[in-house]
Amino acid sequence: MSKATRLSPTTKIMAYGFLGLWLVMAAFPFIWTLWGSFKVEGDFFSKADWANSLFGTLTIAETGGSFTGDGYYGAWIQEEFWRAALNTFIVCVCVVTISLTCGTLGGYALSRSTYRYAFWFLLFALMFRAMPPLTLVSGYLLPFFEWNLWGHLSTTIIVLVAINQPFTLWMLHAFFKNIPTDLDESAMVDGCTRFQAFRHVIIPVMWPGVITTGLFSFLLAYNDFAVTTMLLSKENQTMVPKLVSFLGTTQTKGNVMFAVAAVVSITAPLFIMIIFFQKQIVSGLTAGAVKG
Amino acid sequence: MKHSSFFWFVLPSALLMLTFIAFPIVSVVTQSLYQEHEQVLIEVENCGPFGCTQSTTVDTQATEALRAAQPLGQWAGLDIYKDRNHLAFAEVGEAWASSVSMRDFAGSLMNLPFYDAIAFTLTYTAVVTPLTIIFGFLIAIGVNAVARTMRGPTIFLSLLPMIVTPIVGALVLFWMVDARGVLGAGLQWLADDPNLSVKASTPLTWIMLMVYGIWSSAPFAFIVYYAGLQTVNTDTLEAAMIDGATRWQRIRYVVIPHLVPLTTFIALIQLMDNFRVFEPIVSFSAQAHARSLSFAIFNDLGGETRLLSSAAATSVLTIIGVAILLSPVLVRTWRDFGKAR
Repeated sequence: MSKATRLSPTTKIMAYGFLGLWLVMAAFPFIWTLWGSFKVEGDFFSKADWANSLFGTLTIAETGGSFTGDGYYGAWIQEEFWRAALNTFIVCVCVVTISLTCGTLGGYALSRSTYRYAFWFLLFALMFRAMPPLTLVSGYLLPFFEWNLWGHLSTTIIVLVAINQPFTLWMLHAFFKNIPTDLDESAMVDGCTRFQAFRHVIIPVMWPGVITTGLFSFLLAYNDFAVTTMLLSKENQTMVPKLVSFLGTTQTKGNVMFAVAAVVSITAPLFIMIIFFQKQIVSGLTAGAVKG
Repeated sequence: MKHSSFFWFVLPSALLMLTFIAFPIVSVVTQSLYQEHEQVLIEVENCGPFGCTQSTTVDTQATEALRAAQPLGQWAGLDIYKDRNHLAFAEVGEAWASSVSMRDFAGSLMNLPFYDAIAFTLTYTAVVTPLTIIFGFLIAIGVNAVARTMRGPTIFLSLLPMIVTPIVGALVLFWMVDARGVLGAGLQWLADDPNLSVKASTPLTWIMLMVYGIWSSAPFAFIVYYAGLQTVNTDTLEAAMIDGATRWQRIRYVVIPHLVPLTTFIALIQLMDNFRVFEPIVSFSAQAHARSLSFAIFNDLGGETRLLSSAAATSVLTIIGVAILLSPVLVRTWRDFGKAR
């Protein structure tokens, strides 16, 4: 380490202390909820003593063991959360595939065009990126009702792809800028058309950027609430609107533990995703910023 | 690249964005100029053994037919914008005339749903954006200072609040600060008030929503700054140190100027995202204390009666808000790009 970055012991202690505090803030709520999801409601929301949720006093009294899977059973089997999980899976796979297909074509063209309209295209995309999804949803509802498009998974998929497009284009545009133009231009000198050059020269080298962009498309589709809650009928609900509907019904039934189980179930795939793709997520977050 | 090949490459994306982003904006503007049909009333004479009575009933069939024929509703001009739920010109004028002080006037403005929503949205954006940037910067500096082996796990854990579904992240926090949750109990102990409840108090709800906002977006600022810190020129840092700059001076005069472009980027993204704040309000079920513009639209669209026109008018006003908010950034980007070409 160079001399300029060496620290005095006090600064070092302060840095470690601050980071430790942040890490507790970042991780503790999730660990707490994971632990609590295996308890009964009386322990998770403990009026008497917060330590109950640690030791599961009431859980032992009610179920005999200190852990219970009742919340998960209620949510997944009784309330058919598996159906919502299946819908989420379909939506995510389709959204990622379609947005990457359109996005790579568009992003490639935008990175290679030297005309001014390419810049205007990107600027419009940026403005579209700023539109709150709910303002757009209020524009969809009436036409969708009129044309009987409302409630289907396919409609939601297309809408999510479209809302996702501006971001996908910007990100892939940045990635394609980093692939040297000599590559596809020399292919075209050798007689390829533009599309053949894209197909045979660019596609083999674009995967790192595409995977990173795909992760963010996936996150957008997976995490969306505004669009899915307004455009999907009850049978077609994905996981997040289903979770919110638990809040309405289960709180009156006194069974908020279904929602807690659903929260853990939604978080688990994301957690696994971070474990495997941490590098790609970080590079994706910085791609837009560092490279302009 | 030739014009024609550019056109074909961009076509799918352009079509998608035109149909599902540009067209809905037009559709929203149109919808906001119409209002729902009133129900068709008919006079019915009921004759029984004790004489005849006149009564008015709703002609359901005729109403349905009218609604089917003109789904947009009837022309209303700017009426929807002027009503109590939106710009409320009449009520604002009245409040201006009758209130004795600015404070009084502001108080009566906050009773109007639209002004309440815009106040919350702007406060949220104005508080969360700078605090996110500062907090993210501090974490980045901290991570840069600790041993290399600690960096991987730190980044891993820091990503959690950002990546996780907003509804889920907000719920997790909300359950903890519930009066019966662990943080809620902690707050009651700290304040020495066994009846303290974050849910029941407006200022505490606002603070909690903003804490959630910072918690969930600080990791983004952190990651971007951290990547930026890796590219700070160490020679410049060492030169500054030889010249006698303290650690703070080195941060102030070498590191921070290096990170300014990144700050613009983070601020742009954060402004866009914070202005649309919506999910945490649903998760915290905070609509009694805090409503954002997006939430107002959601509220109009949901439920049994879908108030499409009201939602559309709020949407148009929100879009205008976004345009005003982003105009400086857009002008700047446009100039920078213009220079680069």
